Amino acid sequence: MGDSQYSFSLTTFSPSGKLVQIEHALTAVGSGQTSLGIKAANGVVIATEKKLPSILVDETSVQKIQSLTPNIGVVYSGMGPDFRVLVRKSRKQAQQYYRLYKETIPVTQLVRETAAVMQEFTQSGGVRPFGVSLLIAGYDDNGPQLYQVDPSGSYFSWKASAMGKNVSNAKTFLEKRYTEDMELDDAIHTAILTLKEGFEGQISANNIEIGVIRADREFKVLTPAEIKDFLEEVE
Amino acid sequence: MSIFEYNGSAVVAMVGKNCFAIASDRRLGVQLQTVATDFQRVFKIHGKLYLGLSGLATDAQTLYQRLVFKHKLYQLREERDMKPETFASLVSALLYEKRFGPYFCQPIIAGLGEDNEPFICTMDCIGAKELAKDFVVSGTASESLYGACESMYKPNMEPEELFETISQALLSSVDRDCLSGWGGYVLVVTPTEVQERVLKGRMD
Repeated sequence: MGDSQYSFSLTTFSPSGKLVQIEHALTAVGSGQTSLGIKAANGVVIATEKKLPSILVDETSVQKIQSLTPNIGVVYSGMGPDFRVLVRKSRKQAQQYYRLYKETIPVTQLVRETAAVMQEFTQSGGVRPFGVSLLIAGYDDNGPQLYQVDPSGSYFSWKASAMGKNVSNAKTFLEKRYTEDMELDDAIHTAILTLKEGFEGQISANNIEIGVIRADREFKVLTPAEIKDFLEEVE
Repeated sequence: MSIFEYNGSAVVAMVGKNCFAIASDRRLGVQLQTVATDFQRVFKIHGKLYLGLSGLATDAQTLYQRLVFKHKLYQLREERDMKPETFASLVSALLYEKRFGPYFCQPIIAGLGEDNEPFICTMDCIGAKELAKDFVVSGTASESLYGACESMYKPNMEPEELFETISQALLSSVDRDCLSGWGGYVLVVTPTEVQERVLKGRMD
């Protein structure tokens, strides 16, 4: 990436040892819509607010939670278009792995490769870092897993995490509510309650998105009808 | 003379009861001249996965080195050994990369899967996989090997009987092929141990 005139990196160290571009990218993430993920004993749930700029926008055309493979899903906070680029690249990497090994890619490997892409954009010539943090949820032979990947390319495994606007309140809420042996349906309720905490306006099945993966290893984005059922249970 | 017959080789693998055996001859020739009688054609990838390579010796060695390289990186990245089926897919992909300038080898892959189920397969020089439940053969002596294995093989043999069967099949087949022979090398792998044996056959 970057043609010959831009063979120098735009992300450079400041005297204090920081990469200011990455700090700015994290700021972009921090002002994005809240998203969160919770790893339960028998699955993983990821969720996000889906606040659209106007009531005229067709909400069925927007899907913030995407699947990378049949058993791995992802949600983001930050810039939507950057997210779409990463989803495209990650899906391709997963398929390349499959073509080579005829085996579905383990979650850790896909996370590692996605993180490597994000890191490249902090060091290559003529490009800027991605303005998104990702929450990758998957279920493979090592059980349910949840990873967060930052614009710098660093990744962490979480039992529960949140990103975006309401991150500190959401994390405090999750710390209180999280238990090791939580079942997935409890986790979904907790996820909804966490989103509700910082929600501006009335929460409904059309302005949040929830993605779930259970022991059947199939990542599903819940339909508004399914979300409505969970919302009613929470009320 | 075909490039596959330049060095001469015979490799065979058989499935037994919770075990497998892989065997090869030991001759390395340069057309009709014998140059070595201790040439290694069966290589270890990890404790429960072995690779036999017949055909052009230089390609066999290079292919083995490339595969070990890939497997070592895989082990470091994924913190586990490769399953035999996965390894077979990798070999197939590697061979097809050179579709229009291939490695002149016919690999045989033999291993124990996660649940210690034996797995064997072979493929042609451009990666067409062939799975088998009983035995696979390759090399200049392959036609004789097919016949010998077909008649001598029984399913669910214990390791000792499997060793006897694969050794007899190998030795009788290489005796019918002037380019392979000069002894045999047999490996019998069970979930708990690996037995290597060197056979003395007709030294010609």
